[in-house]
Amino acid sequence: MKQFGGPAIFLDRNDINTDEIIPAKYLTENSKTALKPFILEDLHLEGFDPQSDELKNAGVIVTRANFGCGSSREHAVWVFEVNDINVVIAESFARIFRQNMFNCGMLAVELPKEDIDIILSMGNVDIDIDVTNGVITAKGAGEKTFNFTLNDFARELIQAGGWLAYADKKY
Amino acid sequence: MASTIAEKIFASHLRDTPTPGDAVLDIDVVMCHEITTPIAITDLMEKGMDRVFDPDKIKAVIDHVTPSKDSKTATQAKILRDWARRHNIKDFFDVGNNGVCHALFPEKGFIRPGYTVIMGDSHTCTHGAFGAFAAGIGTTDLEVGILKGVCAFKEPVTMRVDITGTLPVGVYAKDVILHIIKKITVNGATNKVMEFAGPIVDRMSMESRMTLCNMAIEAGGTCGICMPDRTTAEYLWPFIDDKYESVDDAVKDFKQWHSDPDAHYDSTITIDVSDLVPQATFGFKPDEVKDITDIEGENVDQIYIGSCTNGRIEDLRAAAKVLKGRKISRNVRGILSPATPSIFNQALEEGIIKIFMDAGFCVTNPTCGACLGMSTGVLAEGEVCASTTNRNFNGRMGKGGMVHLMSPLSAAAASIAGHITDPRKYLQ
Ligand code: SF4
Repeated sequence: MKQFGGPAIFLDRNDINTDEIIPAKYLTENSKTALKPFILEDLHLEGFDPQSDELKNAGVIVTRANFGCGSSREHAVWVFEVNDINVVIAESFARIFRQNMFNCGMLAVELPKEDIDIILSMGNVDIDIDVTNGVITAKGAGEKTFNFTLNDFARELIQAGGWLAYADKKY
Repeated sequence: MASTIAEKIFASHLRDTPTPGDAVLDIDVVMCHEITTPIAITDLMEKGMDRVFDPDKIKAVIDHVTPSKDSKTATQAKILRDWARRHNIKDFFDVGNNGVCHALFPEKGFIRPGYTVIMGDSHTCTHGAFGAFAAGIGTTDLEVGILKGVCAFKEPVTMRVDITGTLPVGVYAKDVILHIIKKITVNGATNKVMEFAGPIVDRMSMESRMTLCNMAIEAGGTCGICMPDRTTAEYLWPFIDDKYESVDDAVKDFKQWHSDPDAHYDSTITIDVSDLVPQATFGFKPDEVKDITDIEGENVDQIYIGSCTNGRIEDLRAAAKVLKGRKISRNVRGILSPATPSIFNQALEEGIIKIFMDAGFCVTNPTCGACLGMSTGVLAEGEVCASTTNRNFNGRMGKGGMVHLMSPLSAAAASIAGHITDPRKYLQ
């Protein structure tokens, strides 16, 4: 199975919407890679800089509740994908964004607020994800593990490499 | 077993249950527009899968940026247009016949009670007004919908919203839904179907029900839904008169979809609107809502009346009540975008377009346009728009711009006053 993980970046706010992740004016692009420079361009979060090295190096986003709300644009998932971010860990997701992640063979993991608080308190962390067993390992100043659940359908989508490949075979 | 309307629709469309709690549904209508579909088409072509499951069940429109404003949007339109021709998609709407998808498709009679509807657009929830399960999806779901006519959803969990009391003068469906979103927050209905019921909904026109359901997504809802009744049957009558002997007959048949009285709801809230005053957002999230009387005098630079939320004929009529015989303030500019050609025509016939133009409004062709900050009214940095649309996200109508969502009546009042104001004073 595909490897999931990498250095984490924190977006410490609820209700980050897909307009903030990729503004509508870039929806005229007809390739995923063209979206790359515009990642999180309109995100309003104190101290956050979309041009920072921290974001450039990130492989995982850790964030709060209702991540990816608003527009259905899958561009919000693709802009992460082309920036080598394959995992978002959040307290909760908006439905369409979460589905889009799995549909692209990417991972959206929900953890309780307390666990997100702990990861946030660890400073710079590297995150490693064991999808088969549902375990997240965060390595920073110390090392901590967290369990998560993923239903079989979501896991099968990841294994198949996304919903199109899955549905093409099955329906 | 007693079921909600959404559960009944799921049961009648179930193709597969990949795991308990997940349902793959057969889809009755796959709707497409030129922002999210071309990239799906290109991807399917690259994968050697350029097929459609049923051209009669696919509806397509160029609506977000139309007529095209530059080479990129022209290319998007062309990809959709060529694809519609290639696959013999008859229900394709191009310049001259096009309008905002969620206003145009209902008007064409494409949505029926009990249908499953998907589109690569979050406001697809609008169509639940007809008693359909209608949900926004991403591009991959759209690709599978186009190719296979199926889509996966979680088993529906329903929040029932009972709307009671009497709607005061000057207060509309838009005010009601803004008030509901304020109450339950932008996350309050995530992963849930919002079932709108109660005497206020029963008395609402289809247009008002569409306004209600349109904004279910702003509370995170998968779909807004209303029980199909006589109002629904009368609206759809020109499209169903070959199927039913009479409107009564249709009404009786539609009842099969109604939620059973003892159906299970995840939660029920009751909203009494009798004391509601006009509402408006003030902030960058759709739940940051205030009584308009509390933000009296706040600055606006542009007024925008249109969109899938409030660009329908009754919205234009409401705004015209305020605009008739008045001029908009010199401090603001006004833009009207009737949502479809037939709404435009109707407004012409009723003299509404003239009222808007005499007041000083610019009238555009039917398009999404400024709603998502792509054309016909993009804001400059630091500018503010009083808008009848559905999203006030930071930068939504242009980078650095701010949007205050409100009803068409309130937006019209803001255009006359030159700032946010209580619209009721213009109704005397
Ligand atoms: S009018 Fe606005 S919200 Fe409605 S479909 Fe168009 S862009 Fe989306």
